Amino acid sequence: MKTPIQFQLNGEDVAAFAESGANLLDVLREAVGDLSVKGGCWQGTCGTCTVLVEGVPRVSCVTLAETCAGKSIETAAGLRRGADLHPLQAAFMERFAAQCGYCTPGMLMAAKALLDRNPNPTRENVVDAICGNICRCTGYEPIIQAVLDAARADDRRRA
Amino acid sequence: MLEFRKDIFADERDDNLKEIGQPTQRQDMLGHVTGTSPYYDDHRFANLLHLKILRSPHAHARIRSIDDAAAARAPGVKRIIRAADVPVNLNTLLSLIQFGKDDEPSLASDFVRYRGEPILGIVATSERAALEAMALVRVSYDQLPAVFDVEEALKPGAPSVNATYPKNTFEYYGKYDHQKLRFGDVEEAFKQADVVMEERYQMSPIEHAPTETNGSIAVPDTNGRFIVYTSTQALFFSLDTSAKINAVPSNQLHFIGGTVGGGFGGKVDTMTEPLSILAARLTGAPVRYRFSRHEEMQFGSPRGAERIYIKDGATKDGRIVARKVRAYFDSGAYTRLSSYAVVKCVAHVPGPYTIPNVCADVFCVFTNRTPATAMRGFGVTALDFAIECQMDKLAVAVGMDPLEFRLLNAYRDGDMKAHRREAKNCALIECAQVAAEKANWPLREEFRRMSSRAGGGPGRTGASADRARAPAPVAAPRVAAAAPQRVTYDRAPTAAPSPVASPPPPRSAPPPPAPTPAGSTHGAPRFSSVFGTRRR
Amino acid sequence: MAKYRGRGVATINYPIGMNLGGDPSQALVHSNPTGKFTVALSSIDLGQGMKSVTRQICAETLGVPVEDVYVDTADSDTGPHCMGSFASRGTHRVGNAVMAAAREARAVMMDAAAEELEVDPGDLETDGKGAIRVKGAPHRSISVRDVAIAAQFRQGKTISGRGIFLVPLSDVDPETGEMSPATCYAHACLIAEVEVDDETGDVAVLKMTSAYEIGRAINPKLVEQQLVGGSWMGMSHALYETPEPYYPNTREGAQDFNEYLMPGPGDICPHDILVLERPAPDGPFGAKGPGEMCANPVLPAVANAIFNAVGVRIDELPITPEKVLRALKARGGAAGHGRAR
Repeated sequence: MKTPIQFQLNGEDVAAFAESGANLLDVLREAVGDLSVKGGCWQGTCGTCTVLVEGVPRVSCVTLAETCAGKSIETAAGLRRGADLHPLQAAFMERFAAQCGYCTPGMLMAAKALLDRNPNPTRENVVDAICGNICRCTGYEPIIQAVLDAARADDRRRA
Repeated sequence: MLEFRKDIFADERDDNLKEIGQPTQRQDMLGHVTGTSPYYDDHRFANLLHLKILRSPHAHARIRSIDDAAAARAPGVKRIIRAADVPVNLNTLLSLIQFGKDDEPSLASDFVRYRGEPILGIVATSERAALEAMALVRVSYDQLPAVFDVEEALKPGAPSVNATYPKNTFEYYGKYDHQKLRFGDVEEAFKQADVVMEERYQMSPIEHAPTETNGSIAVPDTNGRFIVYTSTQALFFSLDTSAKINAVPSNQLHFIGGTVGGGFGGKVDTMTEPLSILAARLTGAPVRYRFSRHEEMQFGSPRGAERIYIKDGATKDGRIVARKVRAYFDSGAYTRLSSYAVVKCVAHVPGPYTIPNVCADVFCVFTNRTPATAMRGFGVTALDFAIECQMDKLAVAVGMDPLEFRLLNAYRDGDMKAHRREAKNCALIECAQVAAEKANWPLREEFRRMSSRAGGGPGRTGASADRARAPAPVAAPRVAAAAPQRVTYDRAPTAAPSPVASPPPPRSAPPPPAPTPAGSTHGAPRFSSVFGTRRR
Repeated sequence: MAKYRGRGVATINYPIGMNLGGDPSQALVHSNPTGKFTVALSSIDLGQGMKSVTRQICAETLGVPVEDVYVDTADSDTGPHCMGSFASRGTHRVGNAVMAAAREARAVMMDAAAEELEVDPGDLETDGKGAIRVKGAPHRSISVRDVAIAAQFRQGKTISGRGIFLVPLSDVDPETGEMSPATCYAHACLIAEVEVDDETGDVAVLKMTSAYEIGRAINPKLVEQQLVGGSWMGMSHALYETPEPYYPNTREGAQDFNEYLMPGPGDICPHDILVLERPAPDGPFGAKGPGEMCANPVLPAVANAIFNAVGVRIDELPITPEKVLRALKARGGAAGHGRAR
């Protein structure tokens, strides 16, 4: 039995029909068609599916879609500012912080949540912010460096 | 964090290159950071069906009966796939290169041999509908004794795991249950050694744990073919395996992949494509077979555990004179790729060291656990763990610094290896020296002056006497003298080496036949007799 | 009730390509009407950078900028056969196939340019920036773009090439194991420094220093990706990972990532990496492949470092705190063994 659900996705109003009890990951990928959100474990333990709900990182695979009705959701597909990359995206590229790329969308969202509330993070802050996102390829160091770079770049732009 | 030591081996390199050596941005990096890189599951179909697999809860059992009538009638279920539906329901992955016998069913019908073995497929309009239908299936089993330890599995009277290989080992050359390596005379050497040490090492199975699980989507195409979006690491390997199991010509399948969310060896086994294709053929609809993370962890093939015994003999001045390895690969219930790994493991013995007497016996053993497969370092990782821990122990036993001990025994250009091939293009010594320097690990002068090149630097002059390897050839041809080989990359095609136009250049061809050690049978069956005729 | 530091080392080599050979890869290279090249493969990029190294190898061989080359993979209808991405074979086998195909395409391109410029092909060189010019007379040149147009629309030539690379399958002697496993090997030495807590059994890796010899670094950033990521996986294998914690007893297997443990971003350590290059005679520009070997030396280096720190040997992986504590208890306490460094 499908019920309607409405929310804001990357700044746009979106409406979809979802099975009662559907998780946000499935609604975003299947019903809305945002394929930038990836599924890694469907158990809530790997962080691959991380999206921001009202600015807070959530593992969408164990988030009930119904609880997000009316809320603002951000995914990696919404990071770009027009043709320009978000500073995090540019920094990940510079630092070669992705290999297979599968954890990258979720990792970017976890990092964005950090920088949105703390524009001047320490290395410990970054580690804390991404410790719920598993990466099997990079060994994390380039990701940490990329997030710190992005914070500095944003800083310089604002200054 | 990363720096180059361009000074080392500089005389062997032409560094006058334009694009090679540049830190060029990856072709796929923009796709990764925008979430647009197309993994197999990033394709949508309006009428997509979902395939879920009912799996054995027992490690070893006979299937007495399967009652799937209620499941077949359950809401959303389009098709039940049974063992009898699989056109070719016995396979082994390396049958594509004629190595080994078919031993693994896609769906079990009479026996299950590991917990998680697939028994039934349920194709439904949603994953939830498939799982709810699965709960309605009634399977009755007669549980059987199971074996989980590799050495127990080889004892007489052990439960037989695999019907194709009833003695719980793979068959090599039609006559041996293991792969051998024999070079020199280890037993004689042990008698002469000052230190003899035998140790046991055990490496755990390992999950590949890529962030993207195994999966595929098979889609009926407009022309009767099937498009298959897949996470495979080996496109044609999976295509040909799927074609065999489905008994369709290979050109009826159109495989699309190439962008994979991590593999590490865990996406070679073609776990999902054969059945997703079969499901698409039976329903006429696109079908996705996607491993849940639980399936990936519990039933997706792991790196096989390995148990390794190493017995070494060394002289008190630090030379290893004999190394004997006995190792067991835990292949789980079916062969998959472990049979091949055993040979690769033997190929790796005794490690990057010149040891005049080497012996190895390595087994591929079947046990009642999830079949193992390749993983990063296949056949080598566990052996390297064992060898390098052993080297450390030996160093302590002979009272040498662990790094100097390795340098002393390291292989160099021109050394004869246990496989009767000449070592060449070696660089173990230089790596050790460079790392030691960076980490402030003191090395004595003579060790800092050693070299991998023919001639070998200090520690090697006059060493040929005590490195005599009866009856290995003493007069083995040497690589062209101490003059380093400089390869240039002139863009004019004529000057460059051309691996395509001819067989590999002479340097890499096997050396002329060596006098055979006593006791071996010369003219022994070609390994390719196990492979059979080459794949056309 | 103390923490002890120790260092351990491992030296290894690694065979490049599928054991015994017999693992071919093919490539097709062709130019579009305006001189941009596509490499058609069926090879797989798992994240190791297959699409990127083959792109650079093709560009170098053709003599054009890397921006003018695109790698298209993997489609079984359009990409020729490749055995697959495993056994550290990608750079070596696929790279060589791409080189062969690019050479053939380049020969046609130079031929076509020679016809346009009315010189001998041997008199020409590529400038690596998109032009072909007469050696010694660089003002006499033509763009690759114009050559492509001329070749296709006037000369009737196809600027394309095919390549295959195969190391012939080796025999194996059943009695002696005589065989040719590989045509080249990469090498490494890794030194790990650890800190062992003798009260909890925890092992922290503090520092790694390594030297890798890989023939030729096609792209230093991709090499760095492998070596850094691989060393993390090695640490993970050594200290954390097992789906069967009581192997060979199958109980308590991990069901999810809460139970299957791997080190997180707070567990990593600084790693100084030095890269050496001793070209393999049959490698593309001498390249070997670091993809698998980069985890291997960490396992024994860490085990050896633990011994150096607290004097116990643990020969079963993973080296969990439980195993460390049991070993310390059996030994009667911690004692650094060997010379501290």
